Amino acid sequence: MKRTTLLAGVAMALSLAGAALAQTKVGFVYVGPVGDGGWTYEHNQGRLAVEEEFGDAVETVFVENVAEGPDAERVITQMALQGADLIFTTSFGYMDPTINVAAKFPDVKFEHATGYKTADNVSTYSARFYEGRAVQGTIAGMMTESNIIGYIGSYPIPEVIRGINSAYIHAKKVNPDVEFKVVWAYTWFDPAKEADAAKVLIEQGADVVLQHTDSTAPLAAAKAAGNVIGFGQASDMAEYKPAPRVSSIIDNWAPYYIARTKAVMDGTWESAMTWDGIAPGMVEIGEITDAVPEDVKAAALDVMNAIANGDYHPFTGPLNKQDGSAWLADGEVADDGTLAGMNFYVEGLTGEIPQ
Amino acid sequence: MDLSAINPVLLIASLMVAATPLLLAAIGEVVVEKAGVLNLGVEGMMITGAICGFAIAVETGSPVVGFVAAAIGGALLSVLFAILTQFALANQVASGLALTLFGLGLSALLGQSYVGIKPPETGDAFGALGDIPVIGPILFGHDLMLYVGILIVAATWAVLTFTRVGLILRAVGENHDAAHALGYKVKRIRVLAILFGGGCAGLGGAYISLIRVPQWTEGMTAGIGWIALALVVFASWKPWRVLIGAYLFGGVTVLQLNLQAAGVAVPVEYLAMSPYLITILVLVILSADKSNAPASLGRTFHASS
Amino acid sequence: MIKLEKRPQPSDLWSMATPIVAVLATMVFGGLLFAFLGKNPAEAIRTIFWDPLFGEFAFYYRPQLLVKGAPLVLIAIGLSLGFRAGIWNIGAEGQYIMGAIVGAAVGLAFYPAESVLIFPLMILGGAFGGWLWAMIPAILKVRFGTNEILVSLMLVYVAEQFLAAASLSFLKNPEGFGFPGSRNLQQYPSAHNAEVIAGTGMHWGVVFAFIAVIFAYVLLNRHMLGFQIRLTGEAPRAARFAGVKPARLILFCLGASGALAGLAGLFEVSGPAGQITIDFNVGYGFTAIIVAFLGRLHPVGILLAGGLMALTYIGGDIAQSNLGLPAAAIQVFQGMLLFFLLALDLLTNYRIRLAKRETA
Repeated sequence: MKRTTLLAGVAMALSLAGAALAQTKVGFVYVGPVGDGGWTYEHNQGRLAVEEEFGDAVETVFVENVAEGPDAERVITQMALQGADLIFTTSFGYMDPTINVAAKFPDVKFEHATGYKTADNVSTYSARFYEGRAVQGTIAGMMTESNIIGYIGSYPIPEVIRGINSAYIHAKKVNPDVEFKVVWAYTWFDPAKEADAAKVLIEQGADVVLQHTDSTAPLAAAKAAGNVIGFGQASDMAEYKPAPRVSSIIDNWAPYYIARTKAVMDGTWESAMTWDGIAPGMVEIGEITDAVPEDVKAAALDVMNAIANGDYHPFTGPLNKQDGSAWLADGEVADDGTLAGMNFYVEGLTGEIPQ
Repeated sequence: MDLSAINPVLLIASLMVAATPLLLAAIGEVVVEKAGVLNLGVEGMMITGAICGFAIAVETGSPVVGFVAAAIGGALLSVLFAILTQFALANQVASGLALTLFGLGLSALLGQSYVGIKPPETGDAFGALGDIPVIGPILFGHDLMLYVGILIVAATWAVLTFTRVGLILRAVGENHDAAHALGYKVKRIRVLAILFGGGCAGLGGAYISLIRVPQWTEGMTAGIGWIALALVVFASWKPWRVLIGAYLFGGVTVLQLNLQAAGVAVPVEYLAMSPYLITILVLVILSADKSNAPASLGRTFHASS
Repeated sequence: MIKLEKRPQPSDLWSMATPIVAVLATMVFGGLLFAFLGKNPAEAIRTIFWDPLFGEFAFYYRPQLLVKGAPLVLIAIGLSLGFRAGIWNIGAEGQYIMGAIVGAAVGLAFYPAESVLIFPLMILGGAFGGWLWAMIPAILKVRFGTNEILVSLMLVYVAEQFLAAASLSFLKNPEGFGFPGSRNLQQYPSAHNAEVIAGTGMHWGVVFAFIAVIFAYVLLNRHMLGFQIRLTGEAPRAARFAGVKPARLILFCLGASGALAGLAGLFEVSGPAGQITIDFNVGYGFTAIIVAFLGRLHPVGILLAGGLMALTYIGGDIAQSNLGLPAAAIQVFQGMLLFFLLALDLLTNYRIRLAKRETA
């Protein structure tokens, strides 16, 4: 019943859209405010890039601060009803709502970020941020003098665990004595708590702080402490250049958003699972500043280039799991399935993953 | 696990910083509630203070001017609450919640062009004195606002306890009809208390955006205003207990992060719950002390004669 | 000089008229705000208030109003009982979360067995979870005199940590590739809170919300307990003489509001939301406090207030997408609406007089 009424609505919407077909309408659903300076901010930069690229040929709409669950489903439906041709849903928690709505609107294309469910009209896309973590880990391992590297995580989800592992593997590679201290904020967003966490790590001897949270609080704490370095996360955080911010991982969604919009306009859009890294530019390594010595910069750039041109995968064996059991044999490369759902530490990391 | 990695001196110094926004917001609310008004809009006033302070500090380059602006911003927002509750005689609980909603929206609108900017730095108040071993970082190693916060607590305590102003304020909060009969201007006193509360909350918000984080992000107070409200109850409306409560809460927050970093084998979710649970526990222990809320708290006053 | 004069009895006329006047005032001031932000004010107002009800796609939005409004009404009804008696449960958000966790856990414990008994058991589980969480402040208040505002509020944050733990560990979907979040109950027929009549948005939570409204109305107007609640709120001393036992009242009011909040959580997790996730709760427990007072703590008023709040949420999201209004502007607009509704309520109970010189 609901389906038929909805379908009637779709037909209506489509006929309306047909009248003004000149424009392609692209919708974006955001989990945070565009002013969060991190995750949502960067997705919105991608949207602006789409507008810039196509001008009047494309109309973009967005709704920010959309809670996961029924609110998301309603907002996605509303965009589809009102004639969107392509809808980007930019949070993991939008996965089931996106799939539900997509089933009712077979002619609308959907792109869900960071999920694993696809359909004929639903693609997924995500970024291999762990490639960037490999570069960071290299810098961190070479720069640390206390041999203690602090890491601030949000929640123990595969994305974050992957980042910790990747950073650790590469820090260890250049500095066998390195030790990681991980603190979980247990919140997605609380700048004051992130600041506290960074301070705690610094007080306990860390002279490099990596963060998987989006505020500049850890960089500010690093600056206040003096001889501590950190990295920009999600956005470049250039205001802390040249130190303590010595480099950064930037989420750059613009190329992907432009390409997918183009595909819809050309009628060549197909469902796909995209997981892009440094090479296509989805993961961008921000300028490595002169605050690090030349050899460190060179080593970091080597790692980055090797990953970019496909010579090197950050998870290449021999690697063991934390409990000592074998994971990857010499030369073996981790498969995407294991990486996507990663819920274990690699050998050498201390502490337990809370779960 | 390596507990020796935790340095108690630095821990105490950190908890003082973590507690200051709470302290500022809560001490303002103590005065408001002592006057018999329940303002649940602390979060909204804090975030408004956070953006006003941030924007003005960035524009003028002076954190001090920023903090003044934050207090004014918080107080201005609280004027809305004062009009609603004192002149339109609206329900205080609902008005306070509406104020929070309004403040969150307003601050986000005001702050649109301030994302990704670094504010001017606030230096330490005592410079080199902070380098004295042990007592240095705790007593002298902080920014000026932290001391201002403690001074406000002391001043509030002194005024409430020893002065005629304090006596009148408490009288209004205990029994507004009697206070009115004695010729006190109940509404005027309450409006002034509300403004003071707004100003203090504004300072607390700006402490987050200018010192503790420091940056501007929408919704960055992330619920600290609610904790401040709880602290007022925790403190049984006594200024010095607000200080204790804020330091306890801030202390447990910082301590749990320290324990995590030191690798203590307690599940993180329990550590993350601990500040709230310990606050409840301590309050239960303190419940033996039967000092009650101001008797007129939350009640609407209208002079019928 | 303007003077307020208390009416001998609340004015029925103004009691009906003030919400309309308030909405009109909000349209004027909200329109100014939207114009200031460079949007067409008339279009913005129409999008928020008219489109969800009568616009082109109203066939979709009307059911959504029920989905959005039901949890607000269900929670607010429970809260209003306590608020009337001066018992301050500020932690409905936590009770909502615990109801959802317990209810979902009951359902998932049976997975993949199918039985008509599973959903009723989940309903009991949801009510129990919320009730249990509310009993903590209730018992602490009765036994130690601990302030329930602080305890119930603090327990919201504790519940949020439980929610994270549930999503990351004990309720995590074993087939979810390591991602946080439980199985989706929408895909488990016995546990799915489906629409009672398809296409109407009318799921069991909506049905329960209406039942709660009727139940509360009868309780407050026809039942001894309702009388005691009202008496305690209006004249605590008189209530004691009338034989009201405060402890019993505290346990009842907190327990009832907790159970209703828990039910709201259960219906949400098993229906519209579908799964336990870290961000399952979206603030219904706090918004419901506003709804309770907007409805003047009256069951029918709460029903209307819940509908109005749901309308502004849905209309607000449409306005964001259609007109490019920032979410912040919608929040400010909602704030204004609440301010006017609260302020103009004055006219129901008071008469505004221009005082004559003789009083000087």
